[in-house]
Amino acid sequence: MTATAPAPAPSPGSPGTKTDERLLKASPLKKLMGRPELGSVVGAIAVFIFFAVAADSFLQATSLATVLYAASTLGIMAVPVALLMIGGEFDLSAGVMVTTSALISSMFSYQMTANVWVGVLVSLIATLGVGVFNGVMLTRTDPPSFIITLGTFLMLTGMNLGFTKLISGTVSTKSIADMEGFTSARNVFASTITIGGVDFKITIVWWLALIAVATWVLLRTRVGNWIFAVGGGEDAARAVGVPVAATKIGLYMGVAFGAWISGQHLLFSYDVVQSGEGVGNELVYIIAAVIGGCLITGGYGSAVGAAVGALIFGMVSKGIVFAEWNPDWFKFFLGVMLLLATLLNHWVRKRAEATK
Amino acid sequence: MARVQTGVRAVGAVLVAVLGVSLAGCSSTGGKRAEDARKAATAQGKAAVNTPNWTFGMVTHSGDGDTFWDIVQEGAEQAARKDNIKFLYSHNAEAQQQAQLVDSYIDKKVDGIIVSLAKPAAMKGALARAKKAGIPVITVNSGSAESKEFGALTHIGQDETIAGEAVGEELNKRGKKKALCILHEQGNVGHEQRCEGAKKTFDGKMQNLYVTGTNMPDVQSSIEARLQSDKSIDSVVTLGAPFADTAVKAADSAGSKAEVDTFDLNEKVAAGLKDGTLGFAVDQQPYLQGYEAVDLLWLYKYNDDVLGGGKPVLTGPQIITKDQAAKLEDYAKRGTR
Repeated sequence: MTATAPAPAPSPGSPGTKTDERLLKASPLKKLMGRPELGSVVGAIAVFIFFAVAADSFLQATSLATVLYAASTLGIMAVPVALLMIGGEFDLSAGVMVTTSALISSMFSYQMTANVWVGVLVSLIATLGVGVFNGVMLTRTDPPSFIITLGTFLMLTGMNLGFTKLISGTVSTKSIADMEGFTSARNVFASTITIGGVDFKITIVWWLALIAVATWVLLRTRVGNWIFAVGGGEDAARAVGVPVAATKIGLYMGVAFGAWISGQHLLFSYDVVQSGEGVGNELVYIIAAVIGGCLITGGYGSAVGAAVGALIFGMVSKGIVFAEWNPDWFKFFLGVMLLLATLLNHWVRKRAEATK
Repeated sequence: MARVQTGVRAVGAVLVAVLGVSLAGCSSTGGKRAEDARKAATAQGKAAVNTPNWTFGMVTHSGDGDTFWDIVQEGAEQAARKDNIKFLYSHNAEAQQQAQLVDSYIDKKVDGIIVSLAKPAAMKGALARAKKAGIPVITVNSGSAESKEFGALTHIGQDETIAGEAVGEELNKRGKKKALCILHEQGNVGHEQRCEGAKKTFDGKMQNLYVTGTNMPDVQSSIEARLQSDKSIDSVVTLGAPFADTAVKAADSAGSKAEVDTFDLNEKVAAGLKDGTLGFAVDQQPYLQGYEAVDLLWLYKYNDDVLGGGKPVLTGPQIITKDQAAKLEDYAKRGTR
């Protein structure tokens, strides 16, 4: 992990790895053209060069560490959300689920006067439970995931506020910084690694690990094929024996797992959690995934792409500050980026399909 | 080709028509012209000092498009003009994002940072990093309790509990018996403190009502329902200027005689005070918060001066009634009150 290069993308289609046993020999360039994340990587390089020129302090190691941190806090969620979208579903509850996860950890530890790690594990089980709830509701009932997770989103938002007020008596949780296990948990979820005098947050490590695992699952395992299959066509997938329901529930649990990591990071960075936060972030995760080449209809996309989408998001949100522009324009830029990325991705995909 | 021609012609005709109508139908009141006249009355001008062109960055917990913070910014920019300061502003309602913005300013090596501590725990680390980098910090608006502990020079703002207490006393003075405190943001500590403070000093009975501040029709219907169900309520206290007007509408349609009072000020509130539809307003003078923050940082950089003697510098509460309303309406219109 160096401070100068943007997140390295372990591209399995790179010329270095000649482990392809398929009969069709495609040239490395053609293979690269067929990758979903190509558009976003080009976009990320363009954004990077743009801010390197426009903002004089953007290229400092410390600034890049801040950008990477911003990208990682978003990317930890964008990667599992991308997998879910490849599987053809949405999760609108992902944003508030992060807050829910942090609240459960904090309040359980505090109220039970338990070791902080107990709260962390209870939170993991509870958050995965929310993921299972989303997945089971989707596979057992008729409404689309958009509606089901919208319901979950509203319920969680209300529960965050309601339970926090009920249990803590205020709108934020009580501090758990003086409890046993806090220091070790902070080291895992919210510590800082200093390399060459520059502070990097540990979320960057989590982020890279998630990218690696998600990419491996997608491209090298049977489960990866299932994910593409259920997103591409549910009935066809079911006909060839893909466990559709299990795959979708698993994908929702993946998002919940990401929410758990993000939530624990929030808690151990600040040791107090505000109950009203997280609303609206679910769309940001979806935006990152779409910029990264995921199709909104499912069946196409990549984890690396979503990570690059998160990186673009981090560069723009902090780059505007470094370039000293009025932050009012941030959302406008985001909209422009989203449209450009989508058009570019579409064009690349058309080209790739035409040359097959 | 012919179709394009007619299209261009049609657009041209529409433009000419619009221009013609707007020229013929001039308004002699209000609008941009009146605004420009008011703008001419705002303080502009050049730097009054020849200190180096320092850069100060301000990060607040404001959401997008917030009137209150716009006025704070206005004050800060005015002070920056006078003190030869390059002023940068950014904001985010999410604690984590706000902390990251402070980090960005530290990376930029600004000469001073102004920050609001609505979510103090989240900003602790960022302020420690600023201190390590040797950047002076001033906290504004919220976080008077934590400001000193986090190593800020001074805190400028209003103590929400004291402001609430002032409201309770004013309600007593007006002989009110039963009040409603409208909280428009679930999860805001400052709001809770305001209502708590008012409860403490108010001799009558005070109840809290939570509404969804981002949804005005919902605010109105909630207040309306409450006033309809309890005719003995004789005063409604809103915690933000935009909600005062809504509460008045709600009281009207509920047929309630309750007097509406509010925290903070805007053009509409000033007008309401003037014509008596509102009782009183408690202002925390946001312009002053921005202005003083920049000015105090300048004083510190230039002369090592620190104001407040280790205590917060209070910009409120200032109780505003009918008497001051006329003058303040003009100031509110130009965006400085």
